[in-house]
Amino acid sequence: MRSFTLIDFVSLFAALRWTVALVALALAFGAPLALGLAMGRISRLAGLRWTMAACIQIVQSVPLLGLLFFFYFGMPVFLGIQVPALVAVTVAYTLYTAAFLGEIWRGGLEAVKQAQWEAGACLGLSAWQQFRHIIAPQALRLSLPPTVGFLVQLIKGTSLASILGFVELARAGQVVSAATFQPLLTYALVAAIYFALCLPLTLWSRSLEARLDGSR
Amino acid sequence: MNFLPLWRYQNQLIDGAIVTLELTVIAALAGLVIGIAGAVALNGRIAPLRWLVRGYIELFRNTPSLIQIFIIFFVLPNFGLKLPAFESAAVALSLYFGAYSVEIIRAGLDSVPKNQIEAGQCLGLSGWQVFRHILLPPALRNAYPAVTSQFVLLLLGTSLASQVAADELFHVAGFIESRTYRSFEVYAVICAVYFAMAMSFKALFAVIGLAAFRWPRRR
Repeated sequence: MRSFTLIDFVSLFAALRWTVALVALALAFGAPLALGLAMGRISRLAGLRWTMAACIQIVQSVPLLGLLFFFYFGMPVFLGIQVPALVAVTVAYTLYTAAFLGEIWRGGLEAVKQAQWEAGACLGLSAWQQFRHIIAPQALRLSLPPTVGFLVQLIKGTSLASILGFVELARAGQVVSAATFQPLLTYALVAAIYFALCLPLTLWSRSLEARLDGSR
Repeated sequence: MNFLPLWRYQNQLIDGAIVTLELTVIAALAGLVIGIAGAVALNGRIAPLRWLVRGYIELFRNTPSLIQIFIIFFVLPNFGLKLPAFESAAVALSLYFGAYSVEIIRAGLDSVPKNQIEAGQCLGLSGWQVFRHILLPPALRNAYPAVTSQFVLLLLGTSLASQVAADELFHVAGFIESRTYRSFEVYAVICAVYFAMAMSFKALFAVIGLAAFRWPRRR
């Protein structure tokens, strides 16, 4: 047994980079996919709408932990080759992000009135131009607060990667706690770091919401 | 891919699913009680109590559920409060669910326009009658979708209790995996079970919602 030293403190903060990396990867791959899902959900093709809705429904009805394990053990089965754990974890977080953000953004797109599309059509804009210049900017404004809110969920969700052995913040906490026998200090510190990361986003989301509410 | 070795573990799977449901229902009921009490306190006149509830909400909503479970399981014994795995997870998940319910219930109560309450008072209704007949029905209807979707998230979130070895569904998965070495098949089945449970609850809540909140939505 040894005491809690500066090294432990530093190792917690060093592990934070993996938390940030997981969030960045999930957003980098998940956000484009989410946009595709959201556009598919408001498409004129009923088949496409239903397929997208089913995909979202499946991902949202399975625990994130289950999703992580499914792809961690499943990727070699699907592909027939061993893949690095990071790839499997990235796939799981990407689908998780895409499903939730896709549903949030669909809400934003649908909240823009139908007449806005028609106005764009009357001005001679193509369907893509209507989406790009008229609908998307308004939908973005509307869906920004819940998007930031989801970011908080995602940051908290990366703690589950610890269960697959990723040394991100939560896992570093377990390691330090086991080495120093100071679970109180260690976990309080880990919780404080997550809190310091998430609270500003929560407050930002809330202020965005309040501002949008007044402008409509 | 071979699912056959899992067949003989179906009793363990069912037991695990039952523990998961128990954990979900306990945490949901306790969380709703916290939510109602918290919403009343937030709308109340005692400022320190309001700050306390606000602090509780922000603390539990901005830290991972996993860390909360760890703190209750690993840290509380240092203060002489040693809870078994299931109870630790139940307490942690109740507090987590409670933090979200406070906001949901408060939003539901706030969604009823003030002049409706005043109209009730003008008609000579008592405080209880105003609450029961004017405030409660629309507040319930407005809070219902958010509460039920939070319930489904709670059901999925109980899988974290496996990390302190509460013997719910996900922990059962680890057990079967260690016996059969069929990792992928086990987790595919577990995901399917969670999916079935989540979809059943969504369908059930949709039916209850249709039956309970039938009165006209628009004039």
